[in-house]
Amino acid sequence: MPFAPLLRFFMLCSLVVLSALALATTQAQAQAPAAMPAQGERLAAGLERFKADSFADTEAAIAAIAASGSAQGVAILSALADRRLFAGAAGVFYRDAAGQAFDALTGQPATIPADAAMVRLNNRLRNVVQAALGTMTLLSPDPAQRVRAAEAVFRSRDASALVTIEAALPSEQNPRVRRAFEEARAAILLSSADAPEALRIAAARRIAEAGDNDAISLLRQFSGQTTGGLNAVINQGILSIEQAQRIRAWGQTLWFGISLGSVLLLAAIGLAITFGVMGVINMAHGEMVMIGAYVTFVVQELFRNHAPHLLDWSLPLAIPLAFVTAGLVGIAIERGVIRFLYGRPLETLLATFGISLVLQQAIRTWFGPTNREVSAPSYMAGSFEFVGLQITYGRLWIVVFTLCVFAALLLVLKATPLGLQMRAVTQNRRMASAMGIRTRFVDAMTFGLGSGIAGVAGVALSQIDNVSPNLGQSYIIDSFMVVVFGGVGNLWGTLVAAFTLGVANKMLEPFAGAVLGKIIILVLLILFIQKRPRGLFALKGRAIEQ
Amino acid sequence: MLTARFLRMIEGRGLVFLGIMALVALLVPLCNLYVPPGNPFHVSNGTVVLLGKYLCYAMFAVALDLVWGYCGILSLGHGAFFALGGYAMGMYLMRQIGTRGVYAHPVLPDFMVFLNYKELPLTWWGFQHFPYAMLMVVLVPGLLAFVFGWLAFRSRVTGVYLSIMTQALTYALWLSFFRNDMGFGGNNGLTDFKDILGFNVQAQGTRAGLFIVTCMALALTFIIARMIVASTYGKVLVAIRDGESRTRFLGYRVEHHKLLVWVVSAMMAGVAGALYVPQVGIINPSEFHPANSIEAVVWVALGGRGTLVGAALGAVVVNWLKTVFTTGWLAPYWLFALGGLFVLVTLAMPKGLIGVWEDVRARLANRKAIADAKASGARPSDAGSPDPQVPR
Repeated sequence: MPFAPLLRFFMLCSLVVLSALALATTQAQAQAPAAMPAQGERLAAGLERFKADSFADTEAAIAAIAASGSAQGVAILSALADRRLFAGAAGVFYRDAAGQAFDALTGQPATIPADAAMVRLNNRLRNVVQAALGTMTLLSPDPAQRVRAAEAVFRSRDASALVTIEAALPSEQNPRVRRAFEEARAAILLSSADAPEALRIAAARRIAEAGDNDAISLLRQFSGQTTGGLNAVINQGILSIEQAQRIRAWGQTLWFGISLGSVLLLAAIGLAITFGVMGVINMAHGEMVMIGAYVTFVVQELFRNHAPHLLDWSLPLAIPLAFVTAGLVGIAIERGVIRFLYGRPLETLLATFGISLVLQQAIRTWFGPTNREVSAPSYMAGSFEFVGLQITYGRLWIVVFTLCVFAALLLVLKATPLGLQMRAVTQNRRMASAMGIRTRFVDAMTFGLGSGIAGVAGVALSQIDNVSPNLGQSYIIDSFMVVVFGGVGNLWGTLVAAFTLGVANKMLEPFAGAVLGKIIILVLLILFIQKRPRGLFALKGRAIEQ
Repeated sequence: MLTARFLRMIEGRGLVFLGIMALVALLVPLCNLYVPPGNPFHVSNGTVVLLGKYLCYAMFAVALDLVWGYCGILSLGHGAFFALGGYAMGMYLMRQIGTRGVYAHPVLPDFMVFLNYKELPLTWWGFQHFPYAMLMVVLVPGLLAFVFGWLAFRSRVTGVYLSIMTQALTYALWLSFFRNDMGFGGNNGLTDFKDILGFNVQAQGTRAGLFIVTCMALALTFIIARMIVASTYGKVLVAIRDGESRTRFLGYRVEHHKLLVWVVSAMMAGVAGALYVPQVGIINPSEFHPANSIEAVVWVALGGRGTLVGAALGAVVVNWLKTVFTTGWLAPYWLFALGGLFVLVTLAMPKGLIGVWEDVRARLANRKAIADAKASGARPSDAGSPDPQVPR
């Protein structure tokens, strides 16, 4: 029966992870239909004018092809720009970038007749071609391409694209493309000096709303050159964008801090059990994290070799396995060494440090000293934008996962019989024993739980750190700092401490650099411990010495 | 009268130790310099350096035992003091290179020229003078220990918390010294030394001289440590170790007592580091690594905590084992051995090698007493070692 709580904990963990997985894989792929009528006749008329071989006719041809909206239009014009377009009595032909020849009118593969000559361009026409190409991609059926084209127009502010954009805007369904079009239109209007003042003011407002780097540089360009109401709107827009950017930078720092804090919490949370609740100085804690990471590696290798199509499931499966493996190693350490050393913290520290050396060397012997590759599953790759913040899925998952582990641990401690027994034994061992609690067994289970959590942390840390025999070492000092800072024996203190340290570290980084920032944090921590030797949230007690 | 007091203070074990030190200081250089290579009694140059290194570690271990064995302060960051002393010596040696460096700059060491330093940083001023450098060898670790100890002991950070804090201290220094901006050679540290006080550091004679100086320094460290622990002050230290609050309630200023021994120990560690550097020829940030400090603790634990002689013995034994392990086919098993040693010492021999030896001797004496008693028909007296119990 005592295993029931642990089992329930596993199930809770896997449930959380599985449901999250399901969410990630069912992301809707919305695509707006964008069908443009192909007008073969206008294309034919345009192509006909290439044959005249005069610059004026070529310009007219370009305009006609751009207006035709034909599917080949882009290919023809880009061939023209790259000197791959040929005209002759038999028709107009082009080669694609690979050298394959096509008939321009039909788009079918063809051979270029000997009398066909290359259509010549001068510099002015080359610009016309580029602008026409930009306009045509504005009408492309692919939304991503439309957005790119609109962004190009935003930067070039080519007035000739205004007509196309205004024509396309009312029928545009895709909100992202729509926004890009509106911004491009605003950019053109703002930069055309002969547009009505009211339109230009509205355009400036629209650009200020866009709020990105391109917008601010565009506004800055015009801030001195205009007068009256328009200038005021532009300057106001610049100020508001700058403010928004400052807030966004803070948000980004905060997010990085939370992300780092969750890593710290993950590494420290197992220690909060073994050190915080049991008072055992487990220097081999980092090696439990390492074991968890290696379990992930082994599980993933097994999947890679035997069931590659299920590779994405290797991580969720590694979580319970890492918990059990690290937990069993922890129980073995407790039974084999630590139980002889209760009440002798300094000796425990030395013995567990020895164990950590042995575990590291064992891993080094079995897996080699080099870093092992643990790949990220598809649902952890990539990133998304949230109110202007770049957030990678991997980091987001780790934050969510950390909070889940924390909640699960609280649940185990507060709502299961084993948790009750753990708390009883740590508060008053002899009284608990007198009440019939098997204290030895509870000791082993508590240590196993702490170690198992460390193993679970290893699964997550394998995603962001090198899986090597030294993995654990790099976390052990930070973990102790977090637990001591938060106040020993207090899980919530550990949570607050981890996030505080994470955010403080990231706040310092822009001023001091990564290493110096870390050093400053360490020094501040050492000073803090002088002030409050029992951490942020100290347990009140009357014992003079522990 | 004075001699008798001195002998009583040193104790039998200490006399044996000092005797061995004198013998080693005499024989090793003799056998190195005057016995021809080929002869079985010849001691090679490499062995002299190796033994010199062991003795520096032994000195370091004695310093550590002084605070841990007698005052109960388990420092997991004592390596920081050792390394700081080493850096002070390294800076002196760097300044002695002069124009013989790769860039032949008269003032700046090579790495500073490489990093585009225009002038010598303030921290390096005066290190061309040997007396100033030697002052810094004790002053810098001493000052750091004073500031850290003053803060920590005043606010009664004790036990495991203090250990973790000391570890954080050396960890912070480890990170700092890796930075090129610190102006201490960054990752590469200080090396390529040419001469010390005008003698070539590579020369056989200089090495023998350094070895003798190390022996003398170790002996002196031991005598000072013995003087401390044998004094009334030393008794108070033991009282603090065994019951800090009680000692405080008896009216002793616990933090002052702790601070003094802490600073003295840090200075000793600094001197050990300073002697270490010219012999091994390099000092780099890895000396600050927290693992080094913890390893030093196990030397003391193996030899016998709170015995001083045991600390020195443990340092030599563990490092000799390390040499044996890491130079042959056993190399992959060294960490297994070291880790196993940690567990074995804490579980099976809490009083270390010296404790085991005392037990064996006591048992033999007891057996002899019983035999004598049987022979004479009287009851055996209770023979055994009256050593103070090391608290658990």
